[in-house]
Amino acid sequence: MTATRTDRWDEFMEGLWRQNPIFVMTLGLCPALAVTVSAVNALSMGLATTFVLTASCFLVSLLRKRIPKEVRIATYIVIIATFVTVVDYLIQAVSLALYDALGAFIQLIVVNCVILGRAEAHASKHPPLPAVLSALGMGAGFTLGLFALGAVREILGAGKLFGISLFGEHFQPWVVMVLPPGGFFVLGLWLLLFSAWTRRQRRKEAIQHA
Amino acid sequence: MHESAAQIFINAFLANNFVLAMFLGLCPFIGVSGRLDTALPMGAATTFVMLIASVCAYGLNGALAALGLESLRLIAYIVVIASSVQLVEMVLKKYSPGLFRALGIYLPLITTNCAVLGVALFQTAREYDFVQSLVFAIGAGAGFTLALLLMASVRERLQLSDVPSVAQGTALSLMLAGILSLSFMGFAGLGG
Amino acid sequence: MKPAIDPLPTTPTAAMLRTLAVVAALCGTIITAAHQGTQAAIEGNKRLAIERAVFKVIPAAVSVAEYLALPEGRLVKVGADKTAPAGAIKFYAGFDASGRLVGVAAEGAAKGYADTVRILFAWEASSQAVTGFGVVSSRETPGIGDKILVDKDFLANFPLEAKLSADMKTLANAIRTVKHGTKAYPWEIDAIAGATITSRAVGRAIDETAQALLPRIAPHLAQLEDRP
Repeated sequence: MTATRTDRWDEFMEGLWRQNPIFVMTLGLCPALAVTVSAVNALSMGLATTFVLTASCFLVSLLRKRIPKEVRIATYIVIIATFVTVVDYLIQAVSLALYDALGAFIQLIVVNCVILGRAEAHASKHPPLPAVLSALGMGAGFTLGLFALGAVREILGAGKLFGISLFGEHFQPWVVMVLPPGGFFVLGLWLLLFSAWTRRQRRKEAIQHA
Repeated sequence: MHESAAQIFINAFLANNFVLAMFLGLCPFIGVSGRLDTALPMGAATTFVMLIASVCAYGLNGALAALGLESLRLIAYIVVIASSVQLVEMVLKKYSPGLFRALGIYLPLITTNCAVLGVALFQTAREYDFVQSLVFAIGAGAGFTLALLLMASVRERLQLSDVPSVAQGTALSLMLAGILSLSFMGFAGLGG
Repeated sequence: MKPAIDPLPTTPTAAMLRTLAVVAALCGTIITAAHQGTQAAIEGNKRLAIERAVFKVIPAAVSVAEYLALPEGRLVKVGADKTAPAGAIKFYAGFDASGRLVGVAAEGAAKGYADTVRILFAWEASSQAVTGFGVVSSRETPGIGDKILVDKDFLANFPLEAKLSADMKTLANAIRTVKHGTKAYPWEIDAIAGATITSRAVGRAIDETAQALLPRIAPHLAQLEDRP
């Protein structure tokens, strides 16, 4: 019993950390850079993607034995596009301002390679529960990555977090951070940080093993 | 507001470059831009697919609007774009093997390139007419190719330089893209 | 992917089509359900967003009606039938509590520095002037282009004269944006120094819509006053 619970947890953590779609696999970068001008936008985009990812993986996993091999990719794309359309309507119903801020990138979730990748590599081979857990983990990892980008860009570029001013009014915002180049720079820096950290970790392990 | 063809082209090509300002098509931009000789065919193939997607999306949007089925737009776009690319691939293979060899390996990859769906979605959102859509697709493709070429040439130079090993790989590519994007900001205001 | 050594048994076409049909039907149902379920909320949100935007540019208004100005000069209220005929221009009429027309608002768009700037501006019939504007969408540089909404000197351009010519076919004087500090006439907009392109976009957006819309509205103001 304990063993399976650890497995489940592992399934979730895999996407959240070890295989983090943004920092480790660098997948789905287009929305990651385009909408992360503020923490709120980043979180919403992350949640929307998580929803599509989880729902699609669940359905794919349910139908996995019935989908013919020859047309599986086409079927996955149709399923993903369905849930993206659903999310599109949901966001419009919740907040038009948010919908305008995310723009075409809501509909572009459909070509986010993280989702098709999960559906093909995991959900099509596993029963619904692990498939959903793994999708949730991936989604959480994606959301975390987006939030890390959005928070840094909002703090540096506007001096705010979640729309609340952090510094006094004498703060001169570093405007370029909320412009397109800032997206590239901040993600580059995060990756740099990540790679430095993994190298350190690896060196430590090597010393311990020696 | 009426946008002239030249304005649309300049905007998609430089001022609002698809890759460097709109963040579309980053996967191939980071992944395939390592060498100069693959960048050009990749760019050409993408432009070609964008044109097809643009024509398909224009026709589809008209048909769906007439039927009142706008809620199916996204599904229709992605399915039609994917299958028309497949069709073009088969036609090319049969009638123009030379062209197929040059572009063929890139075609399946491009179907899920968000820049292609982006062209279709943006032209719908901006309510472009047929000619405007075509110009937009060509401009976007040219912009994508330009970004790919610039990136590839810079990265080829970088292979000869001494980069700290911790920064190698995607982190460095993103920094470069940031600097390129910064310089493309200088084109803003051109399309006015 | 490497070709499998033991080729998978191919699925018969009929079975393949059957599965695809099931998936398509399932997806169609989900989409339709989502569409039906959210439609009311989306419509409500859109109406709320329009009202909020119009109230901002016409502060005296307490209710809004949506109209179309048809090319031949007729004004029709937008009803359930949403399809706008070709050449029609949409505008909003704002009324005060007693149902009197206090202003009309319309959208205009022009190319700014980064991308298209969309604005909503208000026109007051009694003073024949553009009384103010709000931004619908813009990707202008934060801290530079978005000054159009906060710069005191720029906002002092309003009310901006938008008088119709004697024959009621165009504006008497086209609205234009001039370089900072050179405003000489009441129909000119004094640009923000350092954000000239965005300022100019505001002027062009107002001028383009006003030139097309106001001549259509002006002869029928009575129809709007008499709120149906």
